[in-house]
Amino acid sequence: MSNELDYLSRRVAAGKLSRRDFLGRAAALGVAATVANSLLASAVRAAGPVKGGTLKAGLQGGESTNSLDPATFLSQVPFAFGKCWGETLVELAPGGGVEYLIAEEIGSSDDAKTWTMKIRKGVQFHNGKEVTPDDVVATLKRHSDEKSKSGALGVLKSIDTIKADGGNVVVTLKDPNADMPYLMADYHIIIQPNGGMDKPDAGIGTGPYKITGNQPGVKHTAERFANYWQSDKYGHADQVEIVVVNDPTARMAALQGGQVNMINRVEPKIVDLVKRLPGVTIRAASGRGFYPFNMFCDTAPFDNNDLRMALKLAMDREEMLTKILRGYGEVGNDMPVNKAYPLFAGDFEQRKFDPEKAAAAYKKSGHSGSILLRTSDVAFPGAVDAAQLYQQSCAKAGIKIEIKREPGDGYWTEVWNKQPFSLSYWGGRPTQDQMYSTAYLSTADWNDTRWKRPEFDKMVLAARGELDEAKRKKIYRDMGEIMRDEGGLIVPFFNQFVDATGKGVEGWVDNPAQELSNGHALIECWLQA
Amino acid sequence: MSSPILRLVAQRILLGLVLLLAVSVLIFAGTQILPGDVAQAILGQSATPEALANLREQLGLNDPAWLRYVHWLWGILHGDFGTAQSSGLDIATSIGTRLKNTLFLAACAAIVAVPLAIVLGLIAVRYRNGFVDKLISGLALASTSFPEFFIGYVLIYFFAVKWQIFPSISTVDDSTPFLERLQAVVLPATALTLVVLAHMMRMTRAAILNVMQSAYIETAELKGLKAFDIIRKHAFPNAIAPVVNVVMLNLAYLIVGVVVVEVIFVYPGMGQYLVDHVAKRDVPVVQAVGLIFAAVYITLNIVADIAAIVANPRLRHPK
Repeated sequence: MSNELDYLSRRVAAGKLSRRDFLGRAAALGVAATVANSLLASAVRAAGPVKGGTLKAGLQGGESTNSLDPATFLSQVPFAFGKCWGETLVELAPGGGVEYLIAEEIGSSDDAKTWTMKIRKGVQFHNGKEVTPDDVVATLKRHSDEKSKSGALGVLKSIDTIKADGGNVVVTLKDPNADMPYLMADYHIIIQPNGGMDKPDAGIGTGPYKITGNQPGVKHTAERFANYWQSDKYGHADQVEIVVVNDPTARMAALQGGQVNMINRVEPKIVDLVKRLPGVTIRAASGRGFYPFNMFCDTAPFDNNDLRMALKLAMDREEMLTKILRGYGEVGNDMPVNKAYPLFAGDFEQRKFDPEKAAAAYKKSGHSGSILLRTSDVAFPGAVDAAQLYQQSCAKAGIKIEIKREPGDGYWTEVWNKQPFSLSYWGGRPTQDQMYSTAYLSTADWNDTRWKRPEFDKMVLAARGELDEAKRKKIYRDMGEIMRDEGGLIVPFFNQFVDATGKGVEGWVDNPAQELSNGHALIECWLQA
Repeated sequence: MSSPILRLVAQRILLGLVLLLAVSVLIFAGTQILPGDVAQAILGQSATPEALANLREQLGLNDPAWLRYVHWLWGILHGDFGTAQSSGLDIATSIGTRLKNTLFLAACAAIVAVPLAIVLGLIAVRYRNGFVDKLISGLALASTSFPEFFIGYVLIYFFAVKWQIFPSISTVDDSTPFLERLQAVVLPATALTLVVLAHMMRMTRAAILNVMQSAYIETAELKGLKAFDIIRKHAFPNAIAPVVNVVMLNLAYLIVGVVVVEVIFVYPGMGQYLVDHVAKRDVPVVQAVGLIFAAVYITLNIVADIAAIVANPRLRHPK
């Protein structure tokens, strides 16, 4: 039977049998539609990409204020368009680890302070010039300059010197950092001719597509770059087009009406309806983003770990996941990292809703009276509902929560990181080190749980400088354990990126780094007739 | 013969200019007290103190307010709106394309809506208080009472998703040929027409009914004129002033107030442009767009005033 299915799926891939016929025959052979569909997908992928056509995306997150200067990238549309026309030294691979692009390999000295990046030869810019180590040096210098306005400045602050050395670029760091290759995957650091020093927004890169039209906040278009260095892997369509569609209903309508081939940010509340539409495929990928309830560990009453534990135990994570995200996510475990991170140990005990234990811990803490929780619509989609659900589950444990709904305007300046108990979101970072360094070091500006433990800081630094992966993994495991049992954050869930594609879009690879397959959807997908 | 009219018209235009100048001061003052800081808004979450200080200096945010006002006004008088702080693009160029798009959409909607509203108003008066009158009023009021986004979604659902006759995305640019452009704006223009129809229609009906009470209409009826002729020849010309006023108000709305429709249909007009830049605290753009909107409003109101003056026989033929 499976031979027959194999044969049939290859026929579909070769275009000799329609998808509908295939599914019909598969059903006749007694195969469930989902199995048949996945069989078909792998056969199509094996048959190889189809070249040609125009691939269109309708995306949220573009403004008329967007610029082509990669240093200014902030929202989703410049991010995704940047992946079309530009390339970084390395990229975050879907399964963890890095994918080498302009850098052919990256090696480090034993102390993880000096890093040598071998620059790939024969990679061409759209202006015909070949990429040289000098271009890379200039790019890194521009983004790591204190005067620069680059969004990658924070990531590159640890760089001490950058210089070209033959075919290599050598970077020395102020402190050891075993994650240095991941830093180079930051989407701002697109390699530009002379680092973009002459004209930062020229839009000339080495990506598979060459810009043909740029109307910020409206539409971006690009055509295939003939001399792209790995054209077998990326850049299958003749043209790509991004239309900015900020309204979720309009985006869905455009996908259904066939005006675009893919969209981002499908709202969880409509996913179940969308799934049933003919031709539409939901692409949900587990990510590193999460929605925490933040408590200040240095402010009463949250300076008491029994109270923090009571509040953690009183969280019904499963209910939250079903009701707020409609299941499009994974339950959290009160630490800021999850299995989507490299070097994550998978053997933590999952914290569960336990009103009795919560009540006992609450009693032990000696706190009485209600606890004020601040929330707002802008904290994350459904944040007000999430606060109310939490209020109910806490009531079951005898803990009284008072909810204060704050205005959206000013939430990030007046409430988040200012008030002792509030809802927030984190988009996640490529590595555990970056996540912990951004928000859980004593000195971090964004330490939004006021987590100040000198011994924890030491662990972060020790893990950062450790090149032995097994040892690093062990340190990260211990850190996770401490976070989970003593930290100031309650994590109900990690969210998924939910995108959708229309008829005939193939080649999609789920990637936990960012939505739209880490922005690669337009360059890695193709249109199957 | 026409000296009083000319004087009145000149007076209106002069008054309009003074008003525009006053508005420019208001806009400038208003944008100064907007909360937040443009440098902070541009850099967003990735702002560091050094980057902030650098950007503030680069944008000239340290000069006194009056000096910036004078520079700004002087530039505008020379057609220079400056550059957008957030993207570094020339404002006049960006606005040019957007304004053209907005005017095109407004014109398309107006070409359908204004005659339709007036004709429906005339018909309603002819069959006043009868079934036709009630039907027209009911439908027009219903379409106005639905929020714009609802009308937009209903149109998209049927015409773009179900029947796939018209596109739901109305993105146009300079290279779009005229016919394609026309096809692109069909749905947004329809939505806008439905939104503004009732106001104009009801006003036309009310204004004409008001005139219909006059003695000379009775005379016309006694002469034996047909009902439509009475309305067309005797009633409507005397009801023009209020009708023109309400038409102009609605035209102004079509130009300055359509951001919701623009967002739903992804139409690159002025509204979305303004909202994006307000969110980024991009003051030069907000000021420029604000001034253009004010100019549109004032101009259309002057036109309405002048039309009312010209339509008034007592002013046209002074004793």
